[in-house]
Amino acid sequence: MLRVILKRLILMPFLILGIVTATFVLAQFTKGNPLISIIGARALDNPDIVAAAKARWGLDKSVPQRYLIYVDNLAHGDLGTSFRTKQPVLDDLADRLPATLELVICAMIVGAVTGILLGVISAQFRDTPADHAARLFALLGSCVPMFWLGLLALFVFSVQTHLLPGPGRLDIRSDPPNTVTGFMLIDTLLAGDWDGFVDAFRHLILPSLVLGWSVTGIVARMVRASMLDVLGQDFVTMARAKGAGEGRVLFNHALRNALIPALTILGFTFAYLITGSVLVETIFSWPGIGSYAVDAARSLDYPAITGVTIVGGLGFLIANLLTDIAYAAVDPRMRSAA
Amino acid sequence: MSVHTIVAVGLRRGLFSRFAGRVSWRSAPVILGAVIILAAIVIAITIPWWSPYDPIALAGRRLQPPSLEHWCGTDALGRDVLVRTLYGTRYSLTIAALVLAVGVSIGTLLGAVAGFVGGLLDSAIMRLADITLSFPPILLAMAIAASLGPGLVHTAVALIIVWWPIYARLMRAQVLNVKGLDHVDAAVVSGAMPGRILFKHIVPLCWSPILVNMTMDVGQVILLASGLSFIGLGAQPPTPEWGQMIAEGAGSFYSWWIAMGPGLAIFLVSLSFNFLGDGVRDFVDPRSRVST
Amino acid sequence: MSEKRDNILDVRGLRIAIPGQDGERVAVSNVDFEVARGEVLGLVGESGSGKSLSMLAVMGLLPHNMQVTGSIRFDGQELLDLPARQMRKIRGGRIAMVFQDPMTALNPVLTVGAQITEALRLHNPSLSRRALRTRALELLDLVSIPMPERRFDQYPHEFSGGMRQRVVIAIAVANDPELLIADEPTTALDVTIQAQIVEIFDRLRREKGLAIVLITHDLGLVAGLADRITILYSGRIAERGEIEAVFRRPRHPYTAGLLAAVPSIDSTIARLHAIEGTPPSLAARPPGCQFHPRCAFALPLCAERDPDFQWFGQSMAACHRAGEDLPMIGGDDGR
Repeated sequence: MLRVILKRLILMPFLILGIVTATFVLAQFTKGNPLISIIGARALDNPDIVAAAKARWGLDKSVPQRYLIYVDNLAHGDLGTSFRTKQPVLDDLADRLPATLELVICAMIVGAVTGILLGVISAQFRDTPADHAARLFALLGSCVPMFWLGLLALFVFSVQTHLLPGPGRLDIRSDPPNTVTGFMLIDTLLAGDWDGFVDAFRHLILPSLVLGWSVTGIVARMVRASMLDVLGQDFVTMARAKGAGEGRVLFNHALRNALIPALTILGFTFAYLITGSVLVETIFSWPGIGSYAVDAARSLDYPAITGVTIVGGLGFLIANLLTDIAYAAVDPRMRSAA
Repeated sequence: MSVHTIVAVGLRRGLFSRFAGRVSWRSAPVILGAVIILAAIVIAITIPWWSPYDPIALAGRRLQPPSLEHWCGTDALGRDVLVRTLYGTRYSLTIAALVLAVGVSIGTLLGAVAGFVGGLLDSAIMRLADITLSFPPILLAMAIAASLGPGLVHTAVALIIVWWPIYARLMRAQVLNVKGLDHVDAAVVSGAMPGRILFKHIVPLCWSPILVNMTMDVGQVILLASGLSFIGLGAQPPTPEWGQMIAEGAGSFYSWWIAMGPGLAIFLVSLSFNFLGDGVRDFVDPRSRVST
Repeated sequence: MSEKRDNILDVRGLRIAIPGQDGERVAVSNVDFEVARGEVLGLVGESGSGKSLSMLAVMGLLPHNMQVTGSIRFDGQELLDLPARQMRKIRGGRIAMVFQDPMTALNPVLTVGAQITEALRLHNPSLSRRALRTRALELLDLVSIPMPERRFDQYPHEFSGGMRQRVVIAIAVANDPELLIADEPTTALDVTIQAQIVEIFDRLRREKGLAIVLITHDLGLVAGLADRITILYSGRIAERGEIEAVFRRPRHPYTAGLLAAVPSIDSTIARLHAIEGTPPSLAARPPGCQFHPRCAFALPLCAERDPDFQWFGQSMAACHRAGEDLPMIGGDDGR
């Protein structure tokens, strides 16, 4: 298993280079003056800036040379400057990453808990109405368009019934806590602001549920399949023969084993959640990377969208790597094989 | 019991109606899915002939809630939401068909060649697929759509780029499996041309998982395409595309009915293709009925 | 058989049916057997003969769709009527089970120590962590696992097959059961390891007065360990009785066939005899005697009527011709 992880680590620079190259190639298709996307339309009138930018990004050079400069800039963390926010893209992304992570992690928890639960129910009561209901519920989550569901949820729970707050991370009238981690739940607690914490939590409920439900189906399907596999094995019967209760058999013995193969979809789930977060953040005015990407794409803010794409690709790679590590850490057979 | 047995038995008896009572509840979702999809296709083709309103022209007063005249209400420009939703079928089905037809063609062709030829070509194709797959789909689609400019055609191009590697991987794995079978060796020994071996003896055996995946993916393509339209990168106003309509509904937040029609439409069509996909899987692989 | 025996397990008229769309399928019917304390019963049959199903029925571990009728009395208590909660107390407490394949019987993600202490804790919730560990180490020692201290924290994959089977046995005897059901406990093991496992069983029986039901298709194993034998064929009893009696003079052609298929050092026959054909599948059980399609001595009657048991002092057989002196191969008489 260590070998697999090592292999992935060795491959990773190449994949990153591939991602970077892909975005560079894409950039060559961009309509209009590439300078606009680097320094912004207004600065075009300023010959000094134009000259400086040309020199820095090597726009007067050939495509291969430009590629090398592009890679070099990226290697120094220079993703260019967003012409919409006039900020370095990297800073923008760093500002917005915690909001997205907070949402994605909460959604992941929702998706994992509901998916595992439904998967276990499905497997235990295989081919009964309970199984069919659980599978249908999971399937609905991956078929319903999130951006519509989010809209509907806001309308019903916020506008009509006032049960939950509207869009955003906090009530607009309240002061946001000092940014320490960028995670609202943590920052409000660090600031000792209990009401702020509750408010942040209540703001997280709807987007997390909407986003989480979209991966429930993936998780449930995987857990069901591997549970069915595990439930037929001798050690499960053996656990029953020891006198263990059904709950103990299911969760302590079967699920522990079933989750190992189910872990492999973590990376895939992440890609799904990123996709979802772009849409959900738009609906819930969530100041994360997803809504940043949407704003960037709408205004053809090319450095910003490229930056998001690279970061998204990197995030995906890291998620896959973490999946492998988690896989190795959970399975004792893998651990000692390393 | 799967669709094909039902159809086969039904045809044998020559009495479909008599058979209705024997349809097992297991196949009910498959049939439901097939009926909805069929209806959607018929609507997409025939809607201009019987539509009571023009989808992009004023049909009544603005922002009216559902009524007998306008079953799904009217939007901010006084257009009939139901008519627009029905017209939306055309865009969503077309884009799904286009993306899957082109994406699957490119993907399976590259995958088949990669698996059959092997070596450097295999590595090159599959690394390209790996790189494409290492982007979260929506970000890649957004980057492409943003660099090409918004529009439905560009959305389709973006989605094709997103989708081909999935099928390249699937096909390559299939080809590698089939390559080892006896009848392929026999063809090689008898001196058949490589191209002939690949397309006559190998590829025809590789279609079933691709077919299943394609059916299941229609819903995903529609969801992603409408998502791109929703964030403003796909269809542009006044096109009655579902994602675009939901975005308009989000603009008139209190008129919940504007987004209701297209939202339900996306949901129903994508669910139906998932149901149908189960049927297709049973059809091509009867074993799956037992295991899943 | 005499009714004065001190039977710990007494199964009467056991019937296991699987309801299906085209009527129920009877996997086991009219099966009786009993085991006394300190006694070993060999339950012999080919795969599909219902021997494992019968024992799973005793444990109350059959899938819910199978219907069990008849009577299963354990220490005088009817198990089939017992509520699930009380059955759980008996399972792993007073009745324990050893599985066929030690490679799959242990949970791969839990340490061996955790799996042994779990068995202990389930039946003695009040034991302290230290007491649990001490007891588990004793158990590992009992089944002759060297360096129990170090083995305690290891995972099953770090054990060999024979070692794992010892762990399975240690778990089974953790709560000093009165009855041990061993389902082909040595089938998956090497011959040398088999002998060691047999030795452990024999010791447990002698030292703790354990009653053992040994499910197997290995007549050699039965000969070495069992006091009495019950031979199942296609869900019914073919023959049962004292082991010497059955081995010396098999009354059922199937028993004779099985014995003829066992290699023996002092055998005077040049080759082993396999029984022609295969046992009937669950879906296609023949009428009459289950064995008649494969039986060399079958009469027209055998295809019509299910034979009753005939009693021979120390054994009984369900065969229409059990009383006749047939030229059967197998058993000491046939040699």
